[in-house]
Amino acid sequence: MYKLLLCWRYLKTRWIALASIVSVTLGVATLIVVNSVMDGFTSQMQDRMHGILSDLVVETRGTNGIAQPDWYIDRIRARIGDSVEGVTTVVTLPAMMTFHHNGSSHTQQINLIGIDQKTYASVSDFSKYLIHPDNKAQLDFQLKQTGYAPEREALQPSGWEYRNKVEQLKKERANMQAQYLALQDKIAKESRSPLPPALADQNLKKLDSETNDGASTSTEVANAETGTQTEAERMAAMLAGPSLTTLANPQLGGRVFDPSKEQRTGIVLGIGIGSVRGRDPEGKVKDYFFIRPGDDVSVAFPNAGTPPRAIDEMFTVVDFYESKMSEYDATFAFVPIETLQRARGMIDPASKVGAVTSIQIKLKPGADLSAARNALRDEFPPQESYVQVNSWRDTQGPLLQAVQMETTILNILLFMIIAVAGFGILATFFMIVVEKTRDIGVLKSLGAPGSGIASIFLGYGVLLGSVGSGAGVVCGLLFVWKINEIARILEWFTGREVFDPTVYYFDSIPTIIHPFTIVWVSIGAVLIAIMASVLPSIRAARMHPVEALRYE
Amino acid sequence: MNSIKPAKMNSKVNKPVTGPYRVVRPELELDTIEGAFEQTRMPSLGEKAIVEARDVKKSYRRSKTIVPVLKGVDFSAERGKITAIVGQSGSGKSTLLHLLGTLDRPDSGEIQFDGQRTDNLPARKRDAFRNKQLGMIFQFYHLLPELTLLENVIAPAMIGQSIFSYFRNRSAILKRAKELTDMVGLSHRLHHKPCELSGGEMQRTAIARALVTSPKLLLADEPTGNLDQESGHSILQLMRDLNRDTGLTIVMVTHDENIAQQCDALVRLKGGKLEALK
Repeated sequence: MYKLLLCWRYLKTRWIALASIVSVTLGVATLIVVNSVMDGFTSQMQDRMHGILSDLVVETRGTNGIAQPDWYIDRIRARIGDSVEGVTTVVTLPAMMTFHHNGSSHTQQINLIGIDQKTYASVSDFSKYLIHPDNKAQLDFQLKQTGYAPEREALQPSGWEYRNKVEQLKKERANMQAQYLALQDKIAKESRSPLPPALADQNLKKLDSETNDGASTSTEVANAETGTQTEAERMAAMLAGPSLTTLANPQLGGRVFDPSKEQRTGIVLGIGIGSVRGRDPEGKVKDYFFIRPGDDVSVAFPNAGTPPRAIDEMFTVVDFYESKMSEYDATFAFVPIETLQRARGMIDPASKVGAVTSIQIKLKPGADLSAARNALRDEFPPQESYVQVNSWRDTQGPLLQAVQMETTILNILLFMIIAVAGFGILATFFMIVVEKTRDIGVLKSLGAPGSGIASIFLGYGVLLGSVGSGAGVVCGLLFVWKINEIARILEWFTGREVFDPTVYYFDSIPTIIHPFTIVWVSIGAVLIAIMASVLPSIRAARMHPVEALRYE
Repeated sequence: MNSIKPAKMNSKVNKPVTGPYRVVRPELELDTIEGAFEQTRMPSLGEKAIVEARDVKKSYRRSKTIVPVLKGVDFSAERGKITAIVGQSGSGKSTLLHLLGTLDRPDSGEIQFDGQRTDNLPARKRDAFRNKQLGMIFQFYHLLPELTLLENVIAPAMIGQSIFSYFRNRSAILKRAKELTDMVGLSHRLHHKPCELSGGEMQRTAIARALVTSPKLLLADEPTGNLDQESGHSILQLMRDLNRDTGLTIVMVTHDENIAQQCDALVRLKGGKLEALK
């Protein structure tokens, strides 16, 4: 009893000892904060990856694909059918995308993914990451009138609204050009110095046999002037729009494509392809979109022939895909799988079955991922089939491992801090034992055994450790709880953004608190405090009562 | 294995401080013989003695030299009496008291308490013995500064019992502590810390603490040494009252001849030997 009483009194009266455990508190708090932030990041990242990737992927190495996907799907269902929730087929290939911006065209590399929009959303969180609310429900690759994230100013206007506006502007520009050229024409005729015929011929050849609405409007204007197709007319037709949009589509049966009323095959672009995120001069984070839903892009990709040849297809951007994993957002572009299969010649003329490059499988919740993967690997051994079976963890293994490694090393380093705190406790305890020498002598003279004296100081160590780690847990949890507010204060204080949204796609710092982590961190801290108090306790227990009583 | 064993036994033999002490033993034996002639030995009191020391020798090691403090002391304190030990400072009075109180062990000789040897008991038994049978008070009171007066008084009772038995007997212990603090006249200051008490009050507290386990013997090491005359006198009076009313045996070390003269028995330590004066 006297042990507890004395421990408690020592704790209450020795503030210097409490100072020595501040480092324990800090260490514990830091460990909790770091762990929960790292866990938050990891799990966000895992969620994202898992959301983007399906659980299991059966894929070929080649871009020509699996010719009979149904046969594979049947075998997959036969083998692990109990745990399969959804299956979809996908064609993935590298491609080059060309888009127009500010009057010049740009080409960049993308990963073109042909998806079956009816089933693709069932194997991953794909639809969750689309911008337009209708597409979140069900993607149909149709351009929407409007409603692309109205809260994003930079994205407005989008959809048909934008497309129509662009077309109208083009018409107006063509009109003005036509009027201007007509005027020039007139002046030229009046001054009897027409354009050299050679140049006129050249322009004629460049022109398409078809003209678009804008061109025809200008034609009318021009015809009003001259009655025949003049030089100005042709120039106007040419300037009315980029040749991309005026190309005759063979699928339209040679009909003129009207961009203000029709759309090409839909494409969903990763948001990183169509936009950049930066800061305006005031430091506010701003997105700038150089492609919007409603724009047409052309995509060049290899066909399925040997050797492959590049083929070119026009698409209309119908939505953006924002998974917040910059790696994916900057390269992924989704199109309907039939379009790719047809364009690449992947459809077997006899059976009309399209080849696919991968089969993606979603497992039922709680199904064993590794077991299912191993079963499929066993089902499709590499010597028999040209497919690989990977789980999403295999695909992202190195990244996940790197994060895991980072967490482990941080934990070790931070535990070192607590260990250093342990030495502080050791030194303080030796001081306290020396200071309490006389009291130890008194206790011994009152009949307290050495073990009792030792347990006073051990108990004191336990109490200090518990108080320190308890305070650390409380501080750490408070910090984690208010981490975004704290980050904001730090931002204000240092003038630097702690959590830069141009770097991270999260708007707040993700945190996850695992009770288990808190328990083991506090137990570890208390253990270190106990270990640090063992030596001073032994010293106190071994003190000779007479010498202790004489101690001045 | 075989070669190690004898070495171990040797080291065991050499372990006590008696080793180097034996070198000077012939001289000491001579002393003892002299002492016998001078009648410095205290006669054994037999059944009447509550605590007895027989031919106790004790020396201290000061760096490399050995300083003999007690050179064969026989001492006994009669049950129900106050025995005073006087002597100059450094004469070994406190050492003798510590030996009687089993805080230290003699190099040779024996200590008996109530007819039982106490000097060769294992540490744990000596701790329990001190706790149950002895009360000790000191010149500098030695109260625990973190505890209140009441907690200081019940400290020995807490030490002697486990948490559970303490809580079982708590009311009895507190009652006993109340009685004692009433008796020493401090019942109004139960929740004061030692630093808020005067010297006399602290010594009274120490007496109450020493008596809380109802010991048979009170060992007092210069109980008035740090007090002014008046407080010292009242402390002494308190001890005399205790002795008279409860028959408590007291062994007191003092260098104050005045106080010593008022005791029932008086011995003087001089040159490591004991002289009976009264």
